[in-house]
Amino acid sequence: MLRFLIRRTALGAVVLWLISMLVFALFFVAPGDVARTIAGRQATPETVALIQHRLGLDLPIWEQYLGFVGRALRGDLGYDYYHQVPVTTVIATAAPITLSLVVGAAIMWLALGVFNGVMSAIRPRSFVDRALTVFALFFYSMPSFLLGLLLLYFLYFQLTLAGIAVFPPGGFEPLSSGVGPWAQHLILPWLTLALVSAAIYTRLTRGSMLDVLGEDYIRTARSKGISERRVIVRHGLRSALTPVVTQFGIDVGALLGGAVITETVFSLPGIGKASIDALTQQNQPVIIATVLLASTAVVIANIIVDVMYAVLDPRVRLH
Amino acid sequence: MSLDPTGMASAAGAVDDTGDRAAAPDGKAIEGRSPWLLGWQRLRRDRVAMISLGILVLIVLMAVLAPLATTITGHPPNEQYRQTGLSPDGLPLGPSSSFWMGTDDLGRDILVRVAYGARVSLLVGVVSTGIAVAIGVVVGLAAGFFGGFVDTVLARFIDVALTVPFLLVAIALVSITGPSLTITILVIGFFSWASVARIVRGQVLSLREREFVEAARSLGASDPRIMFVDILPNVLAPVIVYTTLLIPVVIVVEATLAYLGLGLPPPTADWGGMISDGQKYYTTAWWFIIFPGAALLLTTLAFNLFGDGVRDAFDPRADQLLQ
Repeated sequence: MLRFLIRRTALGAVVLWLISMLVFALFFVAPGDVARTIAGRQATPETVALIQHRLGLDLPIWEQYLGFVGRALRGDLGYDYYHQVPVTTVIATAAPITLSLVVGAAIMWLALGVFNGVMSAIRPRSFVDRALTVFALFFYSMPSFLLGLLLLYFLYFQLTLAGIAVFPPGGFEPLSSGVGPWAQHLILPWLTLALVSAAIYTRLTRGSMLDVLGEDYIRTARSKGISERRVIVRHGLRSALTPVVTQFGIDVGALLGGAVITETVFSLPGIGKASIDALTQQNQPVIIATVLLASTAVVIANIIVDVMYAVLDPRVRLH
Repeated sequence: MSLDPTGMASAAGAVDDTGDRAAAPDGKAIEGRSPWLLGWQRLRRDRVAMISLGILVLIVLMAVLAPLATTITGHPPNEQYRQTGLSPDGLPLGPSSSFWMGTDDLGRDILVRVAYGARVSLLVGVVSTGIAVAIGVVVGLAAGFFGGFVDTVLARFIDVALTVPFLLVAIALVSITGPSLTITILVIGFFSWASVARIVRGQVLSLREREFVEAARSLGASDPRIMFVDILPNVLAPVIVYTTLLIPVVIVVEATLAYLGLGLPPPTADWGGMISDGQKYYTTAWWFIIFPGAALLLTTLAFNLFGDGVRDAFDPRADQLLQ
């Protein structure tokens, strides 16, 4: 187990190192003179040169890169070009919002997806199964920005017009101002993310449940006279959940780096929104940090998934 | 957004949704038919898949015959009807006898633009997927076949491509080069190959130990010949299934880039871009979002339902489980 962890961590570090170089090179060749933008239109060439020097942009790329890596390893990700705050602060401000969004949505899509998947698998090819398949594929096919806008139109706009102002049009309320307002602002974003993601879980659960229910030990369990509910939940679902766990880890990992679209539609100032804003402003320190953060989340999620795999399924050996 | 429809692919491969799948009444009838023919026959009996295919044909026709929409309505896609197509306050007009799907914020005919938008979605969907599948197949074949050092290096590239936050890097690339059709196609293509490579690699790892590969080698076949002539046909089924399921994902990604303002430069009609423009008017002009949105959803849904049918018909795993 320990050797596995060390190996995977080393491989993950290699991947992150490659990505850091890729991203650095990418933004280094990006056009648009940041120093000029910051200095303003009236600035003299001297001012621009001074700003360039201050930001270290006059150094050769490899020196800039080494400097970045050296500081990053000590936890210093540089300064936001435009707001004069450390990038770590920018991320620390945005992280709770993305976290609130992703955790809530993840609980919803997992519950919805697994429940529907089990319902489908209990009676394959029945009306319920077909209806749930269509439901799943419908939302799977739906771009999340479209679903977000439709939810805004019907559940915010039309309801508010009808005098039932339950949902706000967007924005975020921190948990500190109360669970009610916090959840109220997040329900529509949660629904958007959950409905779009749940489809995969429905199909995954259905497929692996059908595999498992055909196994001999399920027949054994049934023939012992255990109730059907218990057979399905205790014996079937437990081993059927392994592929679901894999997908779940990867999805949550990917989203923790910012649910870009959902955050944009509902104007939630999370990490996804921060990275989009940074991209439009050529705010390199923030972009590089968010890209690396998102990649790190995926790498760590993958390692956790593999460990969970071995925990859930004793047949899996880590090496 | 995940670029990996394999979750779906491996998920539901297990069971046939189509119900009636009795292959042939007697064993003899099966003899002499290729697996492809059998797959096609199964697919043809799948009503949902066939209806989806019909819808896809209609959408392709809509894209090809988009100029016809201009002929019928008399409205070119980029013509701004500022007098007749906007309300006195300059707001979009709802559906009427002259603008069947209403007008957008510049007084353009949404119906005509929806028809033209199909061209972008389909073109990007098909070409980007083609690029991704081509790269994925070559990388996967090479990694699985050669193993060792080649595999180690390629596997890291696959990891990088699967780990990198695609949307952010795509946006960065587009903002460097400026938006264009070519760059959209290339960016999506170059970031979607990793899952294909992973699937192909996994299959090739087991295939290369099989007798027919050994036989080919003892006959003096070269490595490329063994890879592309002997092994490749054996991985085509999952690749085809994956391809049909990747197209709708790519279409959604294209629409998403357009929604974020990084699609094709205006005034090109593009569903994602139209929805993005319509967002500002969603409380006053529902048609501005609903019609391009419906076209987009119908296209991706048809591709997914069809892909689901293709998987049931061609995935060998589904076969085993039915017996």
